[in-house]
Amino acid sequence: MEKVLMKGNEALAEAAIRAGCKCFFGYPITPQNEIGAYLAKRMPKTGGVFLQAESEIGAINMVYGCAGSGVRCMTSSSSPGISLKTEGISYIAGADLPCVIVNVQRGGPGLGSIQPSQADYWQSTRAIGHGDIRVPVLAPSSVQEMVDMTKKAFSIAEEYLTPVMILADGVLGQMMEPVSFDNFEESDARVSEPPWAASGHGFSRPHNIINSLYLEPIELENVIKERFERYEKIKEKETGAVYEKDAEIVVVAYGSTARVVRSAVDMARENGINAGGFRPLTLFPFPEKQLRDACKNARKVLVVEMSMGQMVDDVKLALECKLPVEFFGRTGGFVPNPEEIFNKITEIKEGL
Amino acid sequence: MTDYSFHKVTVITGHYGSGKTNVSANLALKLAETGKVSIIDLDIVNPYFRISGKTNGAELFDNEKICVIASKYANSSVDIPALGFDIAGIIKDSDYTIIDVGGDDEGAKALGRYKDTLLVQGVQMLYVVNQYRYLTQKADDTLDLLREIETASGLKCTGIINNSNLGTETTAQNIESTLPYAEKITEKAGIPLVFTAGKKDLNCEKVDFPIEILIKPVWL
Repeated sequence: MEKVLMKGNEALAEAAIRAGCKCFFGYPITPQNEIGAYLAKRMPKTGGVFLQAESEIGAINMVYGCAGSGVRCMTSSSSPGISLKTEGISYIAGADLPCVIVNVQRGGPGLGSIQPSQADYWQSTRAIGHGDIRVPVLAPSSVQEMVDMTKKAFSIAEEYLTPVMILADGVLGQMMEPVSFDNFEESDARVSEPPWAASGHGFSRPHNIINSLYLEPIELENVIKERFERYEKIKEKETGAVYEKDAEIVVVAYGSTARVVRSAVDMARENGINAGGFRPLTLFPFPEKQLRDACKNARKVLVVEMSMGQMVDDVKLALECKLPVEFFGRTGGFVPNPEEIFNKITEIKEGL
Repeated sequence: MTDYSFHKVTVITGHYGSGKTNVSANLALKLAETGKVSIIDLDIVNPYFRISGKTNGAELFDNEKICVIASKYANSSVDIPALGFDIAGIIKDSDYTIIDVGGDDEGAKALGRYKDTLLVQGVQMLYVVNQYRYLTQKADDTLDLLREIETASGLKCTGIINNSNLGTETTAQNIESTLPYAEKITEKAGIPLVFTAGKKDLNCEKVDFPIEILIKPVWL
């Protein structure tokens, strides 16, 4: 198929349909509104359901019920709306149900701003709900990756029975790029009845119970331990990063910031500085091994984010503080520009 | 373009992301060669891409003949659809008035508020098409959307602008291959093709309205 020109939000919505998503529940918030607007138009034409809930809390609980009945489903929001969803996400994770949650990040805290941001890194990777849980977090960096990672998100969700988050931002949601849906096949859309679904069976098998409450401590501990074994498998099989080897200064960034870092690193190389980019594709699990590989010959690491510095923690943990790690960030809705990152790289080079 | 005479009032409508705002901005520059232009930002749908926004930290128009008129909330991050223009007064004070409307029928609803004023002024409403955008890849789908916009605004489209493009990856060949699509739309709608727009540096000979990309945030 020829490429089409789409916004990140629209492309993600179309990808969800092609990945077999049958129900979308959401509540409007800038800058992710095109996801709901697109699905409101397209879902009914593909035999699916678009439903605008009365609130974000309503939407995530509809996802809980929908996932429990074995139907592929998704919700999306932006930062303040995601905060409202966290209770429901914890319940869904606690009931081991698959679904996809999209966060097109904007500024915070509170209502913050409607401009792009990456200040929900900690929320996504550390505290996306109460309790002993982790949620896989995918970090697209282009409109094409919004498409490809949506497909990936549904497959991880169903293979490991967990909610999966796509962590985008206002830049990725709003920007337009030519995009292709060539890597989807008809079979992606087919959902056979999952064995765990509470979907009605006429007493032909034992009940499937959708539940996150375990009053016996030993039961809860066993359930959580089993869940953490699954997280280990996700770490083993699903962790991803793209990076250059043998750089003296490694610049780490994800999402739209990684696009700006790419330009800055290219500028540094043109100026004779041995800099290299490192871009995590997954934020949980964080690509620790890959980062250590990228940093084999590194003398310093620079982390760039649209926040006051959150992923920088994971970088330090992965490197076990064996290398000095510096941070450069803009927040409040500013996107760093290549020049200011290049200047920071130059400053680091001079201090080596 | 060369033999098309622009009315005093031009309304630019189209699908989300068809390039309405950029076409409006380029048209403002063109018309400013012969008179005073007011360009009204009526896009209440998407607060991210607006004519009243700043590009690369600078004001969009460095041209004393162009006046940009927008809600005081535009680009303030206050995400509310506020309108309050004396459109009749603006039209009276300008040689040309361009009205940049939000995408789809949702955006065109805002236009309906000014319908009566505009009808009195003998307005022309131009519909921007981009074959590379989803939902407008076929002539019939594009026409359906045109009808939805007409219904929502209460105004009739009087011309088509072909602005088919693939963003930064557009080639001259990409534009040329959309000519039959644009022709089919004009035939079925019974209104003329006003011009085919395309980036100046592509040097596409089928383009009769060369444009520059004026509306883009710093991160694109």
